[in-house]
Amino acid sequence: MAISVKVFASLREDLGVDRARINPSKADTARQVWQQITSREPPGNLLCAVNHQYVNLDSRVRDGDEVAFFPPVNGG
Amino acid sequence: MLIEIRPEPFDPWAEVSIHPERCGVEAGSFGACSVFVGSMRDFNLGDTVHCMELEHYEGMTEKLLADHAGAVIDRYGLTELLILHRVGMIYPGDPIVLVAAWSAHRAEAFDGCRDMMEHLKSRATFWKKESLEDTAEQRWVDNR
Repeated sequence: MAISVKVFASLREDLGVDRARINPSKADTARQVWQQITSREPPGNLLCAVNHQYVNLDSRVRDGDEVAFFPPVNGG
Repeated sequence: MLIEIRPEPFDPWAEVSIHPERCGVEAGSFGACSVFVGSMRDFNLGDTVHCMELEHYEGMTEKLLADHAGAVIDRYGLTELLILHRVGMIYPGDPIVLVAAWSAHRAEAFDGCRDMMEHLKSRATFWKKESLEDTAEQRWVDNR
């Protein structure tokens, strides 16, 4: 198993990362997942979701989770 | 309740017209319908915009909208709620979003439609990238 990671919109272009798979032994929190895909500091307006629910970066993650990072939303 | 993310253009007024019958809601069972339609402008930040690409997070978008739509129906006692949103390439004048709320009386229809739309704007996982007419520059539309 693994933690799957998705990155959207301008953040995907900035990081050059679209999808990733993380070994669950390398990350206990969403912040540690972020640190696995980039060496950059998380931007102040970064949004994060785990399994389609908004969470903060200190939320726990586990094997099989889908973690998403994205900029502020802009629908409608 | 119907919520759809559509990659192809839609006619919001035709959708509103057919929706009650499509959902088995009988004429006479509601007394009000409030409709919001958002469409694409050909200008933004002083520039002329040629087209725009709408991206979304498949799965999360639908879940966010469905969860809040259920809450809105309960909160305002709506008879029916319809939400359509475009993704993909869109052009000036194209409808982007439709929110329509049916209820017994106008206040609930107005308020439920507004509540759903404000939630969509602030929480639903969509992003816009616009292409400018003159320079062919592409830029993400910020919502900070």
